[in-house]
Amino acid sequence: MARLHDTARGALLVAMMSAASPTAGQVDLSGHWVKPNHEDHASEASIGDYSGLPINEAARIRADAWNPERWGMPEHQCEPHPVTYAPVGPSNMRILPVIDPQTQDIVAWDVTLHWMEMHRRIWMDGRPHPPAWAPHTWMGFSTGTWEGDVLTVTTTHIKAGWVRRNGLPHSDRAVLREHWVRTGNVLTLISVVNDPIYLTEPLIRTLSWELSPGYQIGSYPCDISVEVDHPEGHVPFNLPGQNPYLSEYAARYGLPLEAVRGGAETTRPEYAEALRRRLAQPGAPRGQ
Amino acid sequence: MIAGPGGNTTVQVGRDGVLVVDPQTTAVSQPILAEIGKLSPAPIRYVINTTLDADHVGGNQAVAGSGQTLAGGNTRAATVYSSGGAPIYAHENVLKRLSGEGGVASGWPTDTYFVDQKDLFINGEPVQLIHAQAAHTDGDTMVVFRRTDVVSAGDVFTPDRYPVIDLQRGGSINGLIAGLNQLLRITVPEFNQQGGTLVVPGHGRLSDEADVADYRDMVTIVRDRIQDLVKRKMTLEQVKAARPTFDYDGIYGAQKGAEFIEQVYRSLAR
Repeated sequence: MARLHDTARGALLVAMMSAASPTAGQVDLSGHWVKPNHEDHASEASIGDYSGLPINEAARIRADAWNPERWGMPEHQCEPHPVTYAPVGPSNMRILPVIDPQTQDIVAWDVTLHWMEMHRRIWMDGRPHPPAWAPHTWMGFSTGTWEGDVLTVTTTHIKAGWVRRNGLPHSDRAVLREHWVRTGNVLTLISVVNDPIYLTEPLIRTLSWELSPGYQIGSYPCDISVEVDHPEGHVPFNLPGQNPYLSEYAARYGLPLEAVRGGAETTRPEYAEALRRRLAQPGAPRGQ
Repeated sequence: MIAGPGGNTTVQVGRDGVLVVDPQTTAVSQPILAEIGKLSPAPIRYVINTTLDADHVGGNQAVAGSGQTLAGGNTRAATVYSSGGAPIYAHENVLKRLSGEGGVASGWPTDTYFVDQKDLFINGEPVQLIHAQAAHTDGDTMVVFRRTDVVSAGDVFTPDRYPVIDLQRGGSINGLIAGLNQLLRITVPEFNQQGGTLVVPGHGRLSDEADVADYRDMVTIVRDRIQDLVKRKMTLEQVKAARPTFDYDGIYGAQKGAEFIEQVYRSLAR
């Protein structure tokens, strides 16, 4: 009887341990994470630099028309980076689990980004995405699943935004697929943006953060104010052929203009090699 | 908001009853009434049309006809029990054009306004009917629900498609842009250019100020591109060949883009 009792107690203990530990493959993402900013950071704001992005001609035309004065307009000045681009920018972040008080399951991850104090929630409870007519937001609607030790997140309902902060657009039909991988105190994101309107291929980026206990995200209020007194309805943009800054980036780095105009071919290693060979030839065009 | 094949219907419910903006087409009247019934058992007291197209006014007869007019004194018996329908509000140009185009009078607006703005107070909040002059047509109304902070924008704002400038019915590109800027004056975002005032478009998803601004920018940029080409004495065919909507056609549709170019061109030529 006593032995039976011990066996039953042992079975119960095993059951409790398996219930208390994370589901197989889950990793604790909680904490404050700081970005070392050593990747893709120097050229992100240059007008006319579309290199390394799988954009189509429509995206190129929109970016050519883009004018940075846009950020000063009252209806645009408090826009944060969309979830598709936010990790590329200043994105120290806090990640906290959302716990169901009854089951103690993690039903979601709350992510707060430093810049513009943006908040996103990644639902882990299997809920469906909203219908097409539901509002779109800068952070979109995210659901996640564990694939081994990798958290895979799918985000839809993202506002029309940008893949680089120089006017290269993505549409409101863009879908973001993310894979979050924790290796010790380093958190790595593999971000994949699909946009049927402005990208010819998925745009893939990788970014990393370091765990930084004690880091605190500050408040980041944005107050809309009229900075320049324009007539109502003023929309800053460049007419075709009238953007004077499109060749500046290529000129600064001594590159042929075609090399910075983007497109899927410019994302591949062989393009860099072909470009090197072409530039090595006498009379090769540079910085047009 | 009830999203349907005919566009979007806005429903406000409260102590006074039900207010319906744009009951969509005749074909979907019964499903619309069924959806309204799920929101409130109260009678439909008001119907408002934001414009005169069949996908906005087609359901007037069935939806308003199922409702009741609020009235008192000597008029009560005649209105509540005899005519048996809710009043239909619209700008007077909606009635003028519907009656001028012939057809059966049933379902036409019963209460019209001709000033810039008509104010009502229904279900505990001010409801303002604001005339967007010469926009999609010359009879467009934006309905502002001030306490709930919702605007029914009608076809002045259609984020899933290019706007339609109905030149035969008094629409114009500059009036449409003025209407979008008017809408941006009304909307207030909650935080980081997101949330706050909700905008129910004539067609497309539930939106906020950022979505309206994005759309206003597109319409203005296309207008200015075409205006520049017109200044260079280009014909309509030459303007179309210059593809002034090319970078937006993936979102709003290439075929409709060609129609939009023609509407803008002809509007600017007036």
